Amino acid sequence: MIDYLGRRLIQSLLILLGVSLITFALLYLLPADPVRQIAGRSATPQTVENIRQQLGLDQPFVVQYWHYLTKLVSGDLGRSYIQRSEVTELIVSRLPASLLLMVGAILCELLIGLSMGLIAAVKRGTATDQTLMVASFVGVSAPQFVVGLLLLYVFAVRLSWFPIGGYGTWRHLVLPSLTMGILGAGWYARMMRSSMIDVLRQDYVRTARAKGLARSAIIFRHALPNAILPVIAMIGIDIGIFMGGIVVVESVFGWPGIGQLAWQAIQRVDIPIIMGVTLVSAFAIVLGNLLADVIAPFIDPRIKLR
Amino acid sequence: MTGETNPVLDIASLSVSVRGEDGEREVVSNLSLTLARGETLCIAGESGSGKSMTALAIMQLLPQPAARISSGKIHLGDTDLATLDERQMRRIRGDRIAMIFQEPMTSLNPVLSIGRQLTESIEAHTSLSQAEARQHAIEALKAVRISEAESRLKQFPHELSGGMRQRVMIAMALALEPDVLIADEPTTALDVTVQGEVLELLRDLQRQHGTSVILITHDMGVVAEMADRVIIMRHGRMVEEGKTADIFARPQADYTCELLAAVPRIGSGVGRQKSRDVLEASKPANVAEVNGLHVRFDLRGGIFGQVTRRVHAVEGVSFSIAPNETLALVGESGCGKSTTAKALAGLVPYSGDIVIGGRNLSGLGRVERKAVRRDVQMIFQDPFASLDPRMRVGDLVAEPLVIHGIASKDERRDRVAALFERVGLSADQMELYPHEFSGGQRQRVCIARALALRPKLIIADESVSALDVSVQARVLDLLKELQREFGVAYLFISHDMAVVENISDRVAVMYLGQIVEMGTRDQVFSNPRHPYTRRLIEAVPVPDPAQRRTRFARLDQEIPSATRKIGEAPLKLALNDVGNGHLVAAES
Repeated sequence: MIDYLGRRLIQSLLILLGVSLITFALLYLLPADPVRQIAGRSATPQTVENIRQQLGLDQPFVVQYWHYLTKLVSGDLGRSYIQRSEVTELIVSRLPASLLLMVGAILCELLIGLSMGLIAAVKRGTATDQTLMVASFVGVSAPQFVVGLLLLYVFAVRLSWFPIGGYGTWRHLVLPSLTMGILGAGWYARMMRSSMIDVLRQDYVRTARAKGLARSAIIFRHALPNAILPVIAMIGIDIGIFMGGIVVVESVFGWPGIGQLAWQAIQRVDIPIIMGVTLVSAFAIVLGNLLADVIAPFIDPRIKLR
Repeated sequence: MTGETNPVLDIASLSVSVRGEDGEREVVSNLSLTLARGETLCIAGESGSGKSMTALAIMQLLPQPAARISSGKIHLGDTDLATLDERQMRRIRGDRIAMIFQEPMTSLNPVLSIGRQLTESIEAHTSLSQAEARQHAIEALKAVRISEAESRLKQFPHELSGGMRQRVMIAMALALEPDVLIADEPTTALDVTVQGEVLELLRDLQRQHGTSVILITHDMGVVAEMADRVIIMRHGRMVEEGKTADIFARPQADYTCELLAAVPRIGSGVGRQKSRDVLEASKPANVAEVNGLHVRFDLRGGIFGQVTRRVHAVEGVSFSIAPNETLALVGESGCGKSTTAKALAGLVPYSGDIVIGGRNLSGLGRVERKAVRRDVQMIFQDPFASLDPRMRVGDLVAEPLVIHGIASKDERRDRVAALFERVGLSADQMELYPHEFSGGQRQRVCIARALALRPKLIIADESVSALDVSVQARVLDLLKELQREFGVAYLFISHDMAVVENISDRVAVMYLGQIVEMGTRDQVFSNPRHPYTRRLIEAVPVPDPAQRRTRFARLDQEIPSATRKIGEAPLKLALNDVGNGHLVAAES
């Protein structure tokens, strides 16, 4: 287990290195000029050149990347071009909000998705099954900003059950979590349904029935742990999709997380922030996958971590 | 039959129908049977005879929603099971009627411990406390002769061998001492030596508890070994019913006669040896020679994924096959027989020498090797899985010709048509897809495909194991005919000693990756010298109730694993000639 974690950690570092290189290269190749953004339209060519030198942006790509990397190793993500503050501080101050949103969203999608999938599989072929599958299809296909605005209109504006935006109490968390969770819930419902249907056909489920077990024992003790395995592997991948969604959802709900930070930085070509947020997201994805892999053996004893 | 006492189970004109694309179809028609206390009733028949459907109907476990009991009564004592609802039926299942299934590998839940799976059924039907249920489970495991029962409770199914799992299934089924035990092909998936043990166990437990058993099987050897009474089924109907001895001695129905005639028996394969001697005299060059073949699979572990252990699948196997000869490679699962075949067909990396048609493969380049490999073709076990379902069978048979760039399109079609005729299919079936054929017909397609390149050697890896006996007999006949006609040599891989005895000229017995005995069929079968060979032959159930054994050959231990740590090579067995080329490994 320790061996395994050690190896996976080394792999993770290599992945992060790769991510940093690719992102850095893409930002370097970007036609937009960060110096113009900082200096403003009216700045003289001399000022622009000075700023460029100050930031080291006149140096060749390899040198720039090397500088960034050496600072990164000591935990320094650099300074924001526009906000003039440490990127590390900016991210640290905003990360808890995003993590909270992510946890809320994962809970939403698991709760909604898994129960929908489970019910649909058990009631396979009935009207309930069909209704749930149509609903999941809507969840999968509706764009997040539409879902977000719709939820805002119904539950915040018309019904006033939840606040329109902001951050602070659990009531603030509900709508953004739902918005992000609904997409995933649709996927999970479909995945859970097909996985469950497959498991319910297995010989060991027939054995369980032949033993005269109650239906609930067959479904929850025998079928569910087997059916949930592919779903767990999915959660790891899912965090990646969340990182994309967080940008949209945080701006719709005015949620002070790293998504919002990233959105502002992208508009102003604030390279250090973009780099920082990308690396943190990549780290979250890698960590999520690792977590999913570590959890799996506890559910299925056949899986050994090597 | 005891006659006086009431039967435990009484089925009256039971019909089961399955709804398919073309309407409802009866899979069991008007079946009536009774089962007395302590009796073993065998329901025998080939695939599609409705025997498993009958079992599932009794348990009310018919596949939903397609299948249903369309008429009839199933009386367990005074209760008609067919009228019970799910909740009432649940109390019967596991408690009064228990069932064991064919596949021990998939019949236990992989994520629950053995202990959990045993105790949950005890807890579901009794008011025992958790600790008492656990004690009961330990006793049930001891009853099926599982050692260290207590520590086994913590194990998971994947940690046990197939035979052990089936014993756990039996323990689970008999823990609550049901009135009726239904065993659906309980030993079909097991190796013969393990099969003997499991059958004996079933018989002993039945005697102790007075359980009535319905044993469903396709294997007439198992029937002869186990049954008091037999019901022969075909296409959902009972063809014949009677006492076991009567059925085997004086079968009445034509189908029963056919079925019994088709069963391969050890000792019936004589009359083939004579022509061999003539061949021996002329000593033609060997089609294939295998010398010191090793196949090892690395298992990786540690931080850098280095090789920590190896599976020694094949360890120094040597043999040769002459034209027109059938060499059988026999042994139980995991002995390396299929791996040997794969190495010969170029499907796994190996070390050692494989010489085909006088050319050593290891000295050849890729292109030459491909050309030489044309002479070696394979027929696999499962005719359902080894044909691409999206290709027409004609194209499947023509594919080897296409791959090796042989003949024009028209010529290919003619050749394939001729092959179809030769294997007993008609040329107009070339346009059909695999699912439109029966299992036996598909295996004929596979044979035609293997013949397409006119190979010198055909490797038949368990090629008739998945077929019903009557079909199996016809396919074996076809293989023999083709050998006479084309002079092709066979490497025939099988676990079934009776089939091997039937088709082979020479036999090599494999155990843990090595050959322990090799000789002509007569040498090996009439004078087996190695204890493992003897045990293999003794373990085969004889399809004759008069030869029923009281005790089966018992394995002292499970077959050890072929996985070893690096540097621990297994001991090489030396083969001694005990006369006329009969090679036997010295006992280690």
